[in-house]
Amino acid sequence: MAKILSIKDLHVDVASTPIINGLNLEIESGETHAIMGPNGSGKSTLAKTIAGHPDYKIKSGEITYMDHDLNDLPIEERSNLGVFLGFQYPIEIPGLSNTAFLKAAINAKRKYNGLEELSASDFLIDLKEKSKMVEIEQKFLSRGVNEGFSGGEKKRNEILQMLMLEPTLSILDETDSGLDIDSMKVVASGVNAFRNENTSSLIITHYERLLNYITPDYVHVFHNGVIIKTGDIQLAKDLEKRGYEWLTNP
Amino acid sequence: MSDIDNKNKEINEFLNKSYEYGFTTEIESETIPPGLDEEVVTLISKMKNEPEFLLKWRLKAFNHWKKMPQPDWAKLSIDPIDYQAISYFSKPKNDDGPKSLEEVDPKLLETYEKLGIPLHERAKLAGVAVDAVFDSVSVVTTFKDKLAEAGVIFCSFSEAAIDHPELIEKYLGTVVPVKDNYFAALNSAVFSDGTFVYIPKGVRCPMELSTYFRINEAKTGQFERTLIVAEEGSYVSYLEGCTAPMRDENQLHAAVVELVAHKDAEIKYSTVQNWYPGDEDGKGGIYNFVTKRGDCKGENSKISWTQIETGSAITWKYPSCILRGDNSTGEFHSIALTNNLQQADTGTKMIHLGKDTKSKIISKGISAKSSQNTYRGQVTMSKGAKNSRNFTQCDSLLIGSNAGAHTFPSIDVMNSSSILEHEATTSKIADEQLFYCMQRGISEEDAIGLIVSGFCKEVLNELPMEFAVEARALLQVNLEGAIG
Ligand SMILES: Nc1ncnc2c1ncn2[C@@H]1O[C@H](COP(=O)(O)OP(=O)(O)OP(=O)(O)O)[C@@H](O)[C@H]1O
Ligand SMILES: [Mg+2]
Repeated sequence: MAKILSIKDLHVDVASTPIINGLNLEIESGETHAIMGPNGSGKSTLAKTIAGHPDYKIKSGEITYMDHDLNDLPIEERSNLGVFLGFQYPIEIPGLSNTAFLKAAINAKRKYNGLEELSASDFLIDLKEKSKMVEIEQKFLSRGVNEGFSGGEKKRNEILQMLMLEPTLSILDETDSGLDIDSMKVVASGVNAFRNENTSSLIITHYERLLNYITPDYVHVFHNGVIIKTGDIQLAKDLEKRGYEWLTNP
Repeated sequence: MSDIDNKNKEINEFLNKSYEYGFTTEIESETIPPGLDEEVVTLISKMKNEPEFLLKWRLKAFNHWKKMPQPDWAKLSIDPIDYQAISYFSKPKNDDGPKSLEEVDPKLLETYEKLGIPLHERAKLAGVAVDAVFDSVSVVTTFKDKLAEAGVIFCSFSEAAIDHPELIEKYLGTVVPVKDNYFAALNSAVFSDGTFVYIPKGVRCPMELSTYFRINEAKTGQFERTLIVAEEGSYVSYLEGCTAPMRDENQLHAAVVELVAHKDAEIKYSTVQNWYPGDEDGKGGIYNFVTKRGDCKGENSKISWTQIETGSAITWKYPSCILRGDNSTGEFHSIALTNNLQQADTGTKMIHLGKDTKSKIISKGISAKSSQNTYRGQVTMSKGAKNSRNFTQCDSLLIGSNAGAHTFPSIDVMNSSSILEHEATTSKIADEQLFYCMQRGISEEDAIGLIVSGFCKEVLNELPMEFAVEARALLQVNLEGAIG
């Protein structure tokens, strides 16, 4: 098993306020990790820091992805190397069709890897198959990126993008929030389809519900920007019953 | 779908390129020495063997122009132009007018190749007839035969003046009178060449017509004159595209375009304008002062203007429609993109005269760096324009915090049954949109290009498909360095 992500003593500031305070996390290939934790504990901050958002400043510590020091890499390069972030709040890009956007993203990655552009027909075949998997109708694809999409549609669109881009490390930030039970199953099956021995997932969620469909190898509890407890699915079940009090304020 | 793919491909290809049309073709030219007086006007007319009425018309225009002050009302800062320092006629040597492709100087064809207009292929493949203007003289006209079969006249203006003087005399100056404005008067006096299109009654022009203008000779102003007449029940779609080589000195471009649509006729006029915009410090670049106007003369006639303005140091341009015929329609779809120190002041006038006339205005302004982008529009509903409607949508997109977007809509309503709607938005490219794209592996510059093309979608969709690709690529090229 190869190490995919290794975070050592990470400190991150947002708007000059420390949010991540000495975080350690190791993810091996093939593993699925879940992160749970109270609102404002820094989960999205961690996700965006890994993705390279410029507002999130690494003060000390390191994030190693495969053999790369992520801190040195531009945002798009992290993506092209296989880091995917499913956003908690996917943004709208009016007028730019989902299809055109996805095609641009895929070809950017192929270019980075020295590959020819994908032919229009290969792209469309792939897109058709994967959009079916996440139950996104074709007509959505010609609409602007997330433009006028419902909350659940946006989340499924994130999973579609993940499936199309075939990342190595997928970070899903509350992709299950606001989903009805059917949509959640769709998202879970998308994540499971993505799962294999070469890929890893970091799944941020508030609900044990999702984890019943995507059985994680580890469940971490986040608080004040550090992991305060690690366990397995049973930990998620306990949290569901007891809340965070017993851990954050013992 | 495949057009989208092509567009993206093109966009990628154009990425990181600086203005690539900055080369000069080395061909000896015949150029009249700089300066402007009655003698020069007469000389131009004589060199072109024009009929007497045209010379008279030019001289009348010149005498009006002499008395007119240069306008200064547009939101532009313009260095004074010395009209005596400009040469008013220039043409490649050994060339007395359009020829067949084989006879054309290979160097000229090479220039067009570099501009992305491989005449013989593009024309055939896309079914587009191209009347290429090299400096002032039409060099080659393709597909003339096929058009002639349909009875369509598509030729250089100079040819038309000789071969179809009755049509020129009948329509020239009827839409843009010589006294209309300073630059129109100047153009009327000294116009060098341009295009004439005539679509006979009931004919649907069998192909897209297209003209590429190009400035080559240093210090020559270009004064194009275009006249399109669509007879009853006819249809034509015309595209004009421009690129110019890099120059250190500002060059003047003062064109006039007149469109006449008779009863039930439709004219679609599209422009992709990519004149040299000057460098990052605002040095060089084209001054683009253009008068474009269409006359919806007959009932149910329709004129639509679509323009993609990415170039020029200064743009001053208001393609307009006079909705004279009852139930006639005027449309204006515009993308104006400014970067660095470019200034654009553009918009439209919709003058409703007939009953039940309709007009639609969609304007997309994008300003980056320290550029200034102004929409100036006027909608007039005259007394007789009963039950007429106008819809105006003006969207501005700002990139960075130094750019300026300004909107000056003006309406004038003289009857009580007309309805006007106006929508306006101003937005910025959000950092979170860029982050989202970049998280998907797309570079910042490509991301800006994609977001901008999304912003412009409604207008890009109006362009003939093969030109939409070019337009998107131009947006991308012209946004280079817009951030950072
Ligand atoms: N751009 C920002 N500017 C200022 N503060 C920020 C910014 N981003 C995050 N924060 C702050 O950092 C803290 C952690 O936020 P974060 O979004 O990481 O929490 P979270 O664990 O994802 O919460 P939730 O479960 O509600 O999504 C919060 O107090 C938040 O207000
Ligand atoms: Mg969050």
